Amino acid sequence: MSPAEAEVRRLLEVHGGLPVEAATLDGEADLFDLGMTSHASVNVMLALEDSFDIEFPDEMLRKSTFESVNAISAALGELGAQAPIS
Amino acid sequence: MEIDGFELRVGTDVQSIAEVAESIAHFGDRYVRRLYTDHEVECCGGVRVESAPGLAARFAAKEATIKLLRLTDDDPGWRSIEVRRRPGGWCDLSLSDGAQRLAEEAGVRHLSMSMSHGAGVATATVVGLCQAGARS
Repeated sequence: MSPAEAEVRRLLEVHGGLPVEAATLDGEADLFDLGMTSHASVNVMLALEDSFDIEFPDEMLRKSTFESVNAISAALGELGAQAPIS
Repeated sequence: MEIDGFELRVGTDVQSIAEVAESIAHFGDRYVRRLYTDHEVECCGGVRVESAPGLAARFAAKEATIKLLRLTDDDPGWRSIEVRRRPGGWCDLSLSDGAQRLAEEAGVRHLSMSMSHGAGVATATVVGLCQAGARS
């Protein structure tokens, strides 16, 4: 697992409101089906922006951007985000 | 239900007030400005945790509107769905930008809404009159 993906999973654990452990989720698992609400996804987005020092453009603010660990990782890649230095 | 070429649609949502208060406390202005318009923030008392009940009701109204529009992955933009408080004290919805476009595509002609909060949650229901046969 890349450092960026580990950080995505950590932020999902803190802000995603998921009933399961984000660390062990299948990368393709649908986070909304698992119970992440739209409101929680906003918190995840803001936490990602803080952690990766990025800003999601309006055109990326759609459900599919945040629907899975892999989708979020792909979006971060698209934005050229680097894993935060811990 | 279809009446004289119009379809009646409804959307409803409930939002935890504590979750909104937590988001305000954690992300502050960035959270509030990403989701709510200046008018909405002003009506609820500004960017502070005490504004959470009103903002939670407005978030529920935005979600209820999205449900009424039956969107899957189209995101209208949270701020393009605005709860307007009228001088008499009641509220209604004002759509702009993405929400307005998607509502037109869905054949929405009239929207009406109601919000409430208490016992830790806020709720909103939106009713819409849409041209039958428009995108569902």
